[in-house]
Amino acid sequence: MHEFSIVSALIEQCEQLALEHQAKGIARVAVKIGALSGVEPQLVKTAFDTFREDGMCKGAELEMDVAPLELDCKACGAHSIPDEIAYLCPVCQSRDIKVSGGEEMLLMQLELIYD
Amino acid sequence: MCKDCGCSIAGHEHSHDHHHHHELSTNPQLNDKKTLSVIHKILDKNDVEAAHNREHFEEHGVMAFNLMSSPGSGKTTLLEHLGDYTSKKFCVIEGDLETSRDADRLKAKGISAVQIQTGSACHLDAFMVHGALHQQPLDNMDICFVENVGNLVCPASYDVGTHKNVVLVSVPEGEDKIEKYPVMFRKADVVLITKCDLLPYFDFSTEEAKSQVQKLNPNAKVICVSIKEKESMQEVAHWFEQELAAFNATLETV
Repeated sequence: MHEFSIVSALIEQCEQLALEHQAKGIARVAVKIGALSGVEPQLVKTAFDTFREDGMCKGAELEMDVAPLELDCKACGAHSIPDEIAYLCPVCQSRDIKVSGGEEMLLMQLELIYD
Repeated sequence: MCKDCGCSIAGHEHSHDHHHHHELSTNPQLNDKKTLSVIHKILDKNDVEAAHNREHFEEHGVMAFNLMSSPGSGKTTLLEHLGDYTSKKFCVIEGDLETSRDADRLKAKGISAVQIQTGSACHLDAFMVHGALHQQPLDNMDICFVENVGNLVCPASYDVGTHKNVVLVSVPEGEDKIEKYPVMFRKADVVLITKCDLLPYFDFSTEEAKSQVQKLNPNAKVICVSIKEKESMQEVAHWFEQELAAFNATLETV
């Protein structure tokens, strides 16, 4: 259950950003979680609900975008979202691919509250 | 001088390769709310510390490997025996929830080992490893192994500042573990199938295991190993030595 430590890092980051921008609170936190990032979206939500109890994230809404695995093939140039977890181009079967999404864990947006 | 740990690294500056780009826009309907667009890695702090750990290792000419697997697949046993097959000097940073048993086992073999007890944490992070690496005599070492908490899930999300990832799966666990825990095996630079002396007693297909690893990571090497089969241990030692040679070559060109 590493989602709790990931969410506590997220909340710390949100609070720091809110302070830097002299906000009073945080209304919404938008994150992007890759389907193959190694964290379970439902557990992130549970952890966020637990941790936002106090501090600047109190009452904040968590908006989660679960990003599928996306591959760019360097051999045939195809961009694809494979149906199964396989790091090969579904079009030409090449393994010479670049992962363009699905492994990230990102804070994308914050809605800050001012007076 | 590193401001976090007080340790001296010449010309030390954390290499922040990420760009903080904040965009603040006002919602026309709600003047009291502003949307801040950022793209921040959630584990950014850990990643910065991990980069710092790597600098430490490199400063001492030490290559670091992160050993990950489920509990009981033979990480400590492998390290206990590795010394018989290589002349390279290595130390170990051990991670477990409780006890110093693993570090004690290694110390009994004359290996410098530092135990991290994580309490309830299911993984090591870069900060924990940083604390432990200062307790190791890195100047006298070629390799530092970080033996992560036995767990095929959580450690995969944390960069601890090592250079390569070693993932073990033992024969009794079954080859389906690779497909079941794709994030972990995706991270592997080498997959060691351990306890291969048990192959005659289990329905473990090494071919299937290799093809599953290839699906997740075409560049990962798969080695079948048993501490009871000397040749297989030599092959493992050889892989580490090859990696170390390549690592030293990159250090020299810097």
